[in-house]
Amino acid sequence: MKTIYILWLRQLKKYFRSKQRMFASLAQPLLFLFAFGYGFGSVFAKAGDGNYITFLAPGIIAMTVMFTSVFSGIEIISDKQFGFLKETLVAPVSRFNIMLGRTLGGATVACIQGVIIFLITLVAGFHPAVSGLYMAFVFMFMLALFFTAFGTAIASKLDDMQGFPLIINFLVMPLFFLSGALFPVTGLPKVFGMLVRLNPLSYAVDGIRGSLSGVHAFSLSFDFVILAVFAFLFLYIGAELFKRIQA
Amino acid sequence: MTYSIEVKNVSKKFDDFVAVDNISFTVTEGEIFAFLGPNGAGKTTSIKMLTTLLEPTSGSVILNGFNVALESDQTRKSFGIVFQDPSLDNDLTAYENMEFHAVLYGVPSSVYKPRIVELLNLVELWDRKDDLVKDFSGGMKRRLEIARGLLHHPRVLFLDEPTLGLDPQTRNKIWEYISNLNKKEHLTVFFTTHYMEEADRVAQRVAIIDHGKIIASGTPIQLKEKTKSATLEDAFLALTGTDIRADNSASMDGMRIRNKLWNK
Ligand SMILES: Nc1ncnc2c1ncn2[C@@H]1O[C@H](COP(=O)(O)OP(=O)(O)OP(=O)(O)O)[C@@H](O)[C@H]1O
Ligand SMILES: [Mg+2]
Repeated sequence: MKTIYILWLRQLKKYFRSKQRMFASLAQPLLFLFAFGYGFGSVFAKAGDGNYITFLAPGIIAMTVMFTSVFSGIEIISDKQFGFLKETLVAPVSRFNIMLGRTLGGATVACIQGVIIFLITLVAGFHPAVSGLYMAFVFMFMLALFFTAFGTAIASKLDDMQGFPLIINFLVMPLFFLSGALFPVTGLPKVFGMLVRLNPLSYAVDGIRGSLSGVHAFSLSFDFVILAVFAFLFLYIGAELFKRIQA
Repeated sequence: MTYSIEVKNVSKKFDDFVAVDNISFTVTEGEIFAFLGPNGAGKTTSIKMLTTLLEPTSGSVILNGFNVALESDQTRKSFGIVFQDPSLDNDLTAYENMEFHAVLYGVPSSVYKPRIVELLNLVELWDRKDDLVKDFSGGMKRRLEIARGLLHHPRVLFLDEPTLGLDPQTRNKIWEYISNLNKKEHLTVFFTTHYMEEADRVAQRVAIIDHGKIIASGTPIQLKEKTKSATLEDAFLALTGTDIRADNSASMDGMRIRNKLWNK
């Protein structure tokens, strides 16, 4: 337990010490929030879909959590390069606990970022349902676990950061754009609709949005189950791949 | 006589390349043992196999009475290690690096708190304990790694080129601490170095590995006598030849240099 705690604590300390990273990873969601929020707000309202900020804000929160999580998982690569990973791998602690401590730490960091963005959306005019806050947080945390584990799985297989932009551009970005974070998934062309349905991130976006705004395409319990399944699946895959790292 | 390390017929193959070729040796409890060899000879690979980081392709290793392959947790608790490459967390302070290690090794805080004070004083870093490691010089980092390796009272300490890149003052200091611990606490020390006079001075016994095979072992005096050399360096050259190794470790060295640059 203590070992998991110290690994978790390390992730948090590193996060709070790197203000740069904190701001850098908030910049992109903020850009999306304001560019899309002001750009499409009026179009959205004219189409009769209501207030765009109410729709967009949960999507931006999900985006922040997802990107920060993937990044936290990928951090294992820099630990490999800086050699610190070896220190944890020769310690008398099971690989599973190491992976778990790191993942919980990374997921916590991602949730903190999500909460910061959430507070910013309030300033930007978002009026969430207070009763849904708790549920939204549960969705955020599951999303964070899922993608931190996903990042861990990828990082276990890579030896340097060179592959990282590829992962972001060809995996994370498409997942994001096809998740309904920016636009409603109902009424999309068939192929896109299918892709959105196959994308696990869609259920996180839908869950968070459903909780905060009351707008959702699937049922919240369905979102919950899908997300829980993916979070556990990737924790398992991440742990298995992490176990096989040889120093 | 009790052995701290017993290595039997250990080999390691990377694909078709044999990095370590059927080595066997023992290190007695309380001994200071030097493992010498040219670049790419297989020293680091051997240490990784002795310390659970790498699985041997064949052969067995017993460390402090534990079978390394089967009892990895007990094995890990019983040794300390200073890696050839840096292994500190640069974003944490010296104290936090120590504390992290203590918790990972299950040392209770009533034990580790005074121990950290003692060790950081020993390596003369106590007044820098709250500074981030990224602001340390190479020598300070090395001293911190050595202190960390000793934190959980290991019975065997592995040191892979511990004095690489250090000035003579720091080198002497480090060997002084380690010899002291060896005498007082009966710590077994297994180290590699490319400084032959260092090995001659501190090691009670030496093994020389070349192309993955152990080609000679004995006390420094025995090796010098056997090769009719005046110094251990001459003995080493007589045994391993004077050719520079055109091994395939270029890429790994590249990575090490990169690491060093990054850590600046
Ligand atoms: N993961 C690996 N994959 C492939 N080859 C490897 C790997 N690790 C080591 N080798 C090779 O095994 C050989 C022995 O390497 P090792 O690092 O053990 O040498 P060393 O004796 O420690 O050398 P040095 O004095 O330069 O540190 C080298 O030829 C190296 O290229
Ligand atoms: Mg080496």
